[in-house]
Amino acid sequence: MSADDATTLDPDDARRLYEQMVLIRRFEERCVELYGQGHIRGFMHLYDGQEAIAVGMCEALIPEDGIVATYREHGQALAKGVPPGEIMAELYGKQEGSSGGRGGSMHIFDTNRFFYGGNAIVAGGLPVAVGLALADKMLGRHRVTVCFFGEGAVAEGEFHESLNLASLWRLPVVFVCENNLYAMGSALHHDEAGTDVAARAKGYAMAAQQVDGMDLMAVLQAGRRAVNMARQGAPVLLEMRTYRFRAHSMFDAQSYRDKAEVERFKQRDPIPGFFRFAQGLGVLDDSDLDVIEGRVRRVVDDAVAFAAAGHFESVQTLLRGVVAERPAHLSTTGNGGVA
Amino acid sequence: MSTMTYREACKQAIRQCLLEEPRAFMMGEDIGDYGGCYGVTKGLLAEFGPGRIRDAPLAESGFVGAGVGAAMGGMRPIVEIMTCNFALLALDQLINNAATLRHMSGGKVGVPLVVRMATGGGRQLAAQHSHSFEGWFAHVPGLRILVPATVTDARHMLRTALREADPVLLFEHVFLYTMEGELDDTVKAVDIDKAAIRRPGKDLSILTSGNTVWKSLEAATALASDGIDVEVVDLRVLRPLDDETIMASVKKTHRVLVVDEGWRSGGISAELFARVCEQAFDELDAAPMRVCTAEVPIPYPKHLEDAALPQPATIAAAARQVLGRSGRMPRA
Repeated sequence: MSADDATTLDPDDARRLYEQMVLIRRFEERCVELYGQGHIRGFMHLYDGQEAIAVGMCEALIPEDGIVATYREHGQALAKGVPPGEIMAELYGKQEGSSGGRGGSMHIFDTNRFFYGGNAIVAGGLPVAVGLALADKMLGRHRVTVCFFGEGAVAEGEFHESLNLASLWRLPVVFVCENNLYAMGSALHHDEAGTDVAARAKGYAMAAQQVDGMDLMAVLQAGRRAVNMARQGAPVLLEMRTYRFRAHSMFDAQSYRDKAEVERFKQRDPIPGFFRFAQGLGVLDDSDLDVIEGRVRRVVDDAVAFAAAGHFESVQTLLRGVVAERPAHLSTTGNGGVA
Repeated sequence: MSTMTYREACKQAIRQCLLEEPRAFMMGEDIGDYGGCYGVTKGLLAEFGPGRIRDAPLAESGFVGAGVGAAMGGMRPIVEIMTCNFALLALDQLINNAATLRHMSGGKVGVPLVVRMATGGGRQLAAQHSHSFEGWFAHVPGLRILVPATVTDARHMLRTALREADPVLLFEHVFLYTMEGELDDTVKAVDIDKAAIRRPGKDLSILTSGNTVWKSLEAATALASDGIDVEVVDLRVLRPLDDETIMASVKKTHRVLVVDEGWRSGGISAELFARVCEQAFDELDAAPMRVCTAEVPIPYPKHLEDAALPQPATIAAAARQVLGRSGRMPRA
């Protein structure tokens, strides 16, 4: 697939991208069931409706590129290649999970895939992404760090501090604001005097673009352009206009929006939207759907089986992993404090 | 032995780290041309260039968080925050990220970050530049809290800290920067695990850190003229506390006075009391006491600031009181 061409699509790419979005959707549908059955607890935030963003952005990356995400990060983790079984085991709190079970739904980490969490403080991941990019620049690695966050983060000081730092130091970061219109229950116009998120970049001399986040091809095009720019040392802010179909978390009566609005956005569901587009190009057809759904079902079944067969860590090791085990030569003894 | 100011010792420590460790760099406000708000980094920009002496904008959360990310990405950042009062603007990154990421990621992500900051009062800088938050940070699992009081510790602790796999916060007392002290040239490294006995004694243990080490030593000299033999324990590491050295001292003197420039309520002084009670209660011949900063934001006028902070005279008076309590709890 060429970088800027939205009219051609390789059939293999089309199937793969479609399948990734379906995997995220089905994986999370199963999460809801498992939550109801008590296998998953705590806060869990779902990504339904926003799948095109994770899949499109990850498609624009090389494997060594890094991701810093939020507590709504199942989608990015799956798209970045974190094994579904390890994600599900993490949601179960099992030690086979991607964070050994210590993190849960909001804190998925996988350094082999350069997936740096799972940060549940709104905007808390932005400075970290800046730092990862700073390390890459200082070490001469040509990696890009993609930092995902919601539009609620725009109200936080760390958003502004991070955009300024990244632009000032010419760091390889792509800031991806997933503007799903509601920060928990607060609409953008309820919290922000200016509701044009992309326009904020101007104050930091940074390039920005507003993107239809429900359109995989639009995300992919904008993502490729932004990643290329960032790799040259020009950070970019992408405002992805999107919508989450489900509640903010598992404890949300959704009193802040009406059902008609949700239904209206569901008409723009990125998964059937992409299917229609690919079908129009003649690279996907109905016969692919069953095959893909079947494959995804097996992946999700396997993930659940892996999690269910996993083990809860012994309380004997409760205190492990707060700090690194110290090498013997650092554990000095004797008085006077001289090593 | 050679003589050096505490400020120069801090600077030489940074120089050594930058010379030895190619992944080390500094980041902070006005550390370049300006030379740091307390003059610690003067000259380092010329020697190491703007890539490694990196001036940061006034965005504590941003550049401390960038330090977290750079550490995760394989660098060894030394971040300077002007004072620990400003570190409160970076609490999210220090607590929610630096201290937490290793555990939250199941050990996958470590944050080998060193943050230096000034602490403490005594220079009439009033209520937003004079507080002591080292005891407060010592509450948090995942952080190592260092308080160098001597020129030798200021010279050598940083290097040891930079080799840690986890975040280390160093608190340099503002009053000490101009202090001249003897640098023990035979010392090439300092550990960051153990407390240090600055003055051995047999009658009373003063547990303290930072600038109050020196005030306690002054009090000890005054008490010595009355035949009272005080042991001064420089805690040096507020997290994890060196229980072994503390309890060994208590078992020797059987009397405890804690001196802390933090506020009294909920402070590290209370933690020290609790540990002594938990681990050495039967060794105590008298109820312990503490001298802390008065429970007031530090006032500007000198006489009020002096009255708010622990002073040699108040330390000595408290020591006499602890000794005077002997006999109320006779040893069996």
